[in-house]
This record gives sequence, structure tokens and C-alpha cells, in this order.
Amino acid sequence: MNAVTDVRAAPPRRRSIARRKATDLVVKVLSWIGAWFGIAVMAFIVYEVVRRGAGALNWAFFTQPTPQDVTSTAGGFANAIVGTLVITGVAALMAIPTGFLGGIYLAEFGRNGRIATGVRMIANVVMGVPSIIVGVFAFATIVKPVQHYSGFAGSVALAFIMLPVMARTTEDILNLVPNEIRESGLAMGAPRWKVTLGVVCKAARGGLITGATLAIVRVAGETAPLLFTALSSPYWMEGLFGPGGFFGGPVANLTKTIYDFSGSPYPHWQELAWGGALVIIIAVLGMNILVRLLFQRGKQW
Amino acid sequence: MKTSARSWRLILLVAAALAIAATALTAAGCGGSSNTDAGGTPAPAISGFTPQPMSADTILGAGASFPAPLYMKWGSDYNGVSGVKLNYQSIGSGGGISAIEAKTVDFGASDAPLEQAELEANGLAQFPMVVGGDVLVVNLDGVADGQLKLTPDLVGGIFMGTVTTWNDPAIVKLNPGVQLPSTKINVVHRSDGSGTTWIFTHYLTDAAGSIWTAGADKEIAWPVGVGGKGNEGVAASVQQLSGSIGYVEYAYAKQTGMTTTQLQNKDGQWVKPSIASFAAAAANADWKASLPSMYMVLVNQPGAETWPITGASFILMQKDQADAARGKAALEFFNWGYTSGADGATALDYVAIPVGVYDLVQKQVWPTITMSGTPVWP
Amino acid sequence: MSTVELEAPRSPGAPRGAAQAAPRGRRISLGDPIFQGLATACGLALAVAMFGLTGVLVYNSWPAISGLGTSVLTTVAWSPVDHQYGALAALAGTFLSTLVAMVIAVPLALVIALLLVELVHPAVARVVGTAIEMLAAIPSIIFGMVGIFVIVPFIQDRFVPWLLTTPLGSLPGIKPGAQFQGGGLSIFTAGVVLAFMVLPFITAVSRDVLRMVPQVTKEAGYGMGSTTWEVMHKISLRYANSGIVGAVFIGLGRALGETMAVAFLIGSVYTSIPRSLFDPGTSIASLIANTFSEATDKIQVSALIELGLILFLITVVFQILAQVWLRRVQRSTGGRA
Repeated sequence: MNAVTDVRAAPPRRRSIARRKATDLVVKVLSWIGAWFGIAVMAFIVYEVVRRGAGALNWAFFTQPTPQDVTSTAGGFANAIVGTLVITGVAALMAIPTGFLGGIYLAEFGRNGRIATGVRMIANVVMGVPSIIVGVFAFATIVKPVQHYSGFAGSVALAFIMLPVMARTTEDILNLVPNEIRESGLAMGAPRWKVTLGVVCKAARGGLITGATLAIVRVAGETAPLLFTALSSPYWMEGLFGPGGFFGGPVANLTKTIYDFSGSPYPHWQELAWGGALVIIIAVLGMNILVRLLFQRGKQW
Repeated sequence: MKTSARSWRLILLVAAALAIAATALTAAGCGGSSNTDAGGTPAPAISGFTPQPMSADTILGAGASFPAPLYMKWGSDYNGVSGVKLNYQSIGSGGGISAIEAKTVDFGASDAPLEQAELEANGLAQFPMVVGGDVLVVNLDGVADGQLKLTPDLVGGIFMGTVTTWNDPAIVKLNPGVQLPSTKINVVHRSDGSGTTWIFTHYLTDAAGSIWTAGADKEIAWPVGVGGKGNEGVAASVQQLSGSIGYVEYAYAKQTGMTTTQLQNKDGQWVKPSIASFAAAAANADWKASLPSMYMVLVNQPGAETWPITGASFILMQKDQADAARGKAALEFFNWGYTSGADGATALDYVAIPVGVYDLVQKQVWPTITMSGTPVWP
Repeated sequence: MSTVELEAPRSPGAPRGAAQAAPRGRRISLGDPIFQGLATACGLALAVAMFGLTGVLVYNSWPAISGLGTSVLTTVAWSPVDHQYGALAALAGTFLSTLVAMVIAVPLALVIALLLVELVHPAVARVVGTAIEMLAAIPSIIFGMVGIFVIVPFIQDRFVPWLLTTPLGSLPGIKPGAQFQGGGLSIFTAGVVLAFMVLPFITAVSRDVLRMVPQVTKEAGYGMGSTTWEVMHKISLRYANSGIVGAVFIGLGRALGETMAVAFLIGSVYTSIPRSLFDPGTSIASLIANTFSEATDKIQVSALIELGLILFLITVVFQILAQVWLRRVQRSTGGRA
């Protein structure tokens, strides 16, 4: 290292010790300031949401559907919350098992083979696709051909986003499991699939659940994929195939409604939007804390 | 060990079953709906549209944000009366036209009426539902609602970017005694395809044609200004940006307590926006002559009391309905709007369409909305 | 319980297939081929999804690509009414807002990461680190909301008027351009909010990468009398160089594709390229979000999808670059590539 040799080889030349110490101090001070600034802004964002949204969270918020009448102060967010739960739930049903098995393929079967390397690269790339593009894709493939919006189309878009996240998370978790565990299972004579599912996955259970939960929670907060797929609705979802149903028509959801209400000029609607934002933050941060507490060895993100 | 082995097998089975179920649902949701039709109704002419042989209990509409507060209020009132739900998505007139042409909604709403040629090309029927007014809203400290006076030329100049500060001599001369800052005028217009823009730009072209040269349409190349999404977005932006001016439908200004301006109308009179001034403009409309398309422009009408930026908002429906029940449900809602919705309209400062025009619509336009040749109404 | 079999011991790269018949047992467990087949199918599903996405995008943007050619990328006139679809303003806005975001976020992220790794007590570092990772999960709509209700008025009413009185206010790029509308809804505001959206990602990855610098190497530096800063920038940062670049690329990819917060804050001016950071503009993602649902003209829909395809390709390129850089780190530290 040059700095080291310089200091050792000759008496302080261009850079006196005092000067170096001063630089070090300046950098440390700047680091502290910068870090505090960055963290303060992040904390401020959470604070603002809590401050503005707390007042909106009352009984009506969780039981009434979203308001339509701009002259009244009634209404809540209940149908939007339920809608997001349903849409995200169906997306999870589609993406979690598939992603889980895909991750098993990457970690256990394909490993360093050419196909698996390709799949791994593709998964990383798909994870970075902007979610609006996924929404446009779901619109072109599902909404346009059948000529109606649907909550299902929204679920497909969300599942598309979740799939590579789940696969890569599973792979990373499974890679942490030591080979000895696999070998001892195989040495006992158990078939491959039993070793993978019954032994390896069981050992990595905590991390897998954490990964799945975080993938679901991350996708639940997306707005762009739902803009042209599930749209929104002021009513409760009813049934499956009718115009108010999951497959048949628009479904209310938290994020699109927040987007609409926060872009509106009505104070009551804006307050509801802040309430919805607070619900999202509580859910997201709450789930993060929960899984970390419960499953200590969970994946970081 | 046996227990957990069994449970893992179970998990795998469940996962596989879910995957299969998901695939099956995908197939059903995407393609299956075009095949099944219960109740013996003939196969829909438009594939993929989910048939509802029982009376439809949800109507889906999308389009203009101009009438959105009214349609949504009507929707919740009508729901109380009939149990039928109206899901109206305020996405702008451009979005409404696009949606009804793509047949993803039961009706589209647009304040920019389509001409007969485009109606015919897309097989659409058009009729007016309500009349409202565009107003200018400003965000200026110390200026009261209805206090600031603006001539058409000034409005044109502001939106062209030639009048740039609030204390421009022309504005000051018109408004002695009003505290006008020396700051820049921040202009807010629409970022989406808008009937409100259509009405506003037609007004500017008509009343300030020597100054306003950017054209008249749902979307134009604005010389200056930031864009807000929907009337909602323009109102919200004006609320957030000090020293800004924007144009919104009157309900958005009144319901949120924003500051509106007076305008000088064609007769040279200074008017404030009100339901009376909108009605005065609407009284000049010759709806009979506008058939069959019912295309109508109501800006810059003569009359001492008229509000110069008045406009009608239209409903667009497919002439060939895939499902008679849904078409009928939509027309029943509009029928209710015409006959019982006047109070709701007045409460939000929209002018209800007069009975005579309602008659015309019912007799001349609605019979063209058919399924397999039979009118769905009555 | 199925028949006993022997399997080849697990070794890297060894081909793995159905169990081989052992000298004693001859039945092959059915579960294994099914399981492996299922897993492979799911793995390939990812590739299929990706190619499907690309295919749909290309197919739907073909009318614009063949009909409009390069005018989409080189002209500024976005006017659907006149059937003109020049999206240069959107490209410029995407680039500029992302640039502002990176300029703010990267130094802050590095500083926070260095702090967490070198300057604070490990317990504090753990807590703060976890907090930052959780903040990465906050959805973008919330950033948009805080942006429009808190940051926009602040920038419009306080920050920009003050800035314009200082000498900085007349620098090119800061001096208001023709489209200036107060600076509240502008490239700058969108960039600032974007910066805080990507900050947690870059910080978390940088911190992880900096933690991988071997303690021994750092101690060697300290042992020679280096100051903390010298160890940081001559040893740690050089060591973690690739990883940090990878982290920056990941953040870059996210900033490029961000839709909701930018749509709220960037001002939605489609028809001119911003001359100043405080001019309003648009980005590809927010242009699509704002105008997609009302595009009746087939060419307009196709042009928007073409823009989506371009954005997609840009993010793909950056993702690949990020993977390449990050893999270098793993190789050099002996991790499993």
C-alpha cells in the first residue's frame, strides 16, 4: 500500500501527520452529518405518515367502503384493504410455490450448469424490470383480449414480480444449508426429493418463510402494475365472475385508491389516503420486524 | 420423522394442487367466459364479455373527471334507491373514449363530444347528461374568492406564457385594490386527455383568438405550465403551489373552497361562476339541431348572465350491446339521472338537462342502442 | 418408504439425475424424477416468463418501431392529436431525474455504510442497519405522497426562491429555463425523492460489501499508523469497489423504472426538454402511467409500449452490468459464484 510505504520510508513529506489527522476528522464529521441527514429524512417520512394518517384510522375506516360522494365525510378504506389482501393472496398462491420449486431447481439440481446459470441471470434481470412494464404486459395479455379489467389480471402482474424474487431468495437460503446435512440424509438412503424437502428445507425453514413473507409484503405495496389491470372500485368485491367479481371486473385495492385519493383536492379523501398509507407502513414494517424476530437466521432482504 | 415426511408430502401435494387450480382458473378467467352463457341468451357478438343474464347489478363507467363528482354522487344515491352499483372511474375524457371504443366499460363519459363521423366509425351513440362550468382557480394569499377579474385576453396571455407575473400592468389595471405579488404566475394544466381542456381551449380560441394560438382539443402542446392528472390533480396542484393558476370544473373549486376568478363574458359583463350563469349559457343550446350526434359547444355564449366557459358532458355507449341486461341497466341509471337526479346536480352546481332534451334523447338516441337489432330500452 | 438406493456423493458440478440402480436394490424411486422435473419446470418458467414479456413488448411496439422509426427517440414533439410521438423529453427527463437521484444518494449511502462498518459500535450498527433495510420496503406511493404534500411546497416556497438569490442560482442547469414554474414540480423534486427511495438499497449492499473486507487487511493498515479515513478509502473502498459499483447499478435500475413517485412530482410536461433542474419534465415511466389508458390511436399505444420496451432494455443492461460487477466481488472473496 502506497500510503503505508510513504509513511514508513521517509519523514513526513507532502502529507504531515497533522494534516492527515485533520482530513480524517473532517471526513468523520461529514460522515456523521451525512448519515444523520439521511437517516433523519427517512425517519421524517415515516413520521409524516404516522402524523397525518393516525387521525384517519377509526372504526369507520376499517368497515366502510371508499366514499364516492365528495360532499359527505363518510366512508373508509375497508373494501380497498380486503381487495389488496385478495389480489396479493392470489398472486402469492401463483408465485410462491412456483418460485419455491424454481429456487430448489437452482440450488439443488441445476446449480452451476449452463441452464441454471442462464435462469439465474434471467431471474436477476426480471427482478429489476420496472413494475409499470409488468402492468402493461398484463394489460396486453389479459385485459385486452377479454375486454374487461379484473382483479385477476392484477394478481398475474404481481405474481410476475414475485416469482423471481421468491426463486432467488429460496436459492440463497438453501445455499446456506451445509452440504453435510444433504449428505447425511442421502447416506441414510432417503430419496432425493425427501432429503430436499424433508431435511434441507426443514433446516432452512425460517429463512424460507421470511423470504416468502417479505416477497409478498413487497409486492402488496405496488401501485403501477394495478393501474391498467385491477383499476379500482368503490364497492366490495363480490363473487368471482360477475362484473363485480374477482375475474370479471375492477377490484378495489389499497394502493390505487391511495393514488387516486392523494391526487384529489378533497381534505377528507386526502386524510383517508394518509390512513391507507399508514396501514401499509404498519403492515410492511410490522411484517419485517415480525419475521426477523421469529426467524433469527432469516435472509436480510 | 414419519410425521414430518408425511407432512412434506402433503405440502407438495397441496402446492401442486394449488398450481393446477391456479392454471385452471387462469384458463377459465381468460378464455372460458366467452363460451358459457346461461339462460339461453344468444352468444355474445363481442367475445370475452362476461354475460350476465340476470339483471346486472354493477354498471362500469369511465371517463371525464368534469362530471365525476356528480356521477359518483348519483351512483351512491342510485345504489340506495335501486341496489344497482355504479363504478365510475375518473380517468379523463380521453380515457373514457378509449375505454368505450375498446369495450372494456359499459359507458364512457366525455366532455369533448365526438363528431358524427367518429361516432359512426366506432358504432357509438352519444347523448348529453349534464352541463357544468370550467372556472379558473388561483392560489394567491390575500385574494378572496371571486375577487380577481380577468379578461379573455389576459387568460389567453397567461396560458400562452406572455403574461408572466401577477403584477403585470394589465392585471393590476383591472384589479385596483387587490394585493397582487410580483411573483411569477405558475400555470397548471392537464397532463391527460381532457374534455375540460377541450372546453377551455375552445373558449380561448373563440374569445381570445388573437392571443391564443395553441389550438383547441383534448390535448394540446401547452406553451407553459405543469400538468396535473384529472381535474382532481389540477385542483390538488393549485392547492400545493403558491402563485399558481389552473382551470377546473366548478364543483372541484366550490367543494374545496378554492379561490375562483370573475370573467368577462361575450356581452362584456363581469360574471362569477354559479349554477345560474351556467344555465344561462345552456339555455342557448339548440339540441334538436345537433342530432344525431348531439355535438354541442357552449363556450362564449351571448347573454348578460352567461358564464363564458360552460360545457355539456356526454355519455358514450356502444350501439351494438353484447348484453341486453347491462345495456338496459346503464340506461335505467341515466333515466333515473334525468328524472330524479336534478337535486343532486343542483347540490353540486351542475345544470340538469331540461325535460325537452331528455325527451329527444329518449326518442332519438336510445332506440339506436340495441342488441341483435332489438332496442334494449325500455 | 421407497426402496433403498445409493446415490453418488454430492460434488460441485457433478451431473445429477435419477438415482442410479445400486448393486442391491433395483427399483427407482418415482418421486425423484417427478420432483426434479417439477422443479426444473418451475425454474424454466422464469425464463419463459421473461421471453414472454419481451415478446409481447416487441410485438406490440412493432407498429411504432416500423412506422415511426427513430423519430420517437430523436424528436421532442409529443402531440397525440397531431399524431406526433417524439419522446425525447421523456428520455431526457428519465436521465436527468435519475442523475440527480444518484448524485445525492450514492455519496450519502457510502457515508452511511462506512459509518456503520467502521465508526459506530456494532450493536448500534446492527440496529441502524436493520432499520435501513426495513425502510427499503416502503412502497413508492408513500414517497410520492410525502413528496407532494411536504417537499413540493418546501421547494417551491422556500428552497428555490432562496437558491435563486445566491450565485448558484445563475449557473447553467440551475438557472430557470423557459418552462420554469416555481420548481416545486420539477426534475429536481423528483430526483430528490428518488434519491431517498434508492438510498436504503445502495446503503445495505455497500455495507454488506464493506463488511466483507478482511479484518486482517484493515488491521494491517491501522497497524502501520493509517487514519480511519485512509484505511477506508485506500483499503476498504478499493477492495469493495466492484460490489459498490454493483450496488449503484441496482439503485440506478430502480430509479430508472420508478413510476408513481415520479408521476406525482415531475410536472408532466411532455413537449420540451428541461433546461434547468428546476424545470418540469416527464419520464418514460410516468408518461406511460399518465397517458396509457387514454391512448385510442393504435400508433400511440404502440409508441408508448415501444418506450416501455426501451426502458426495459435499459434496465436489463444495467441489471446485467450490476450482476457482472457483483460477481467479481464474490469471486475475489472466494464466495460461491
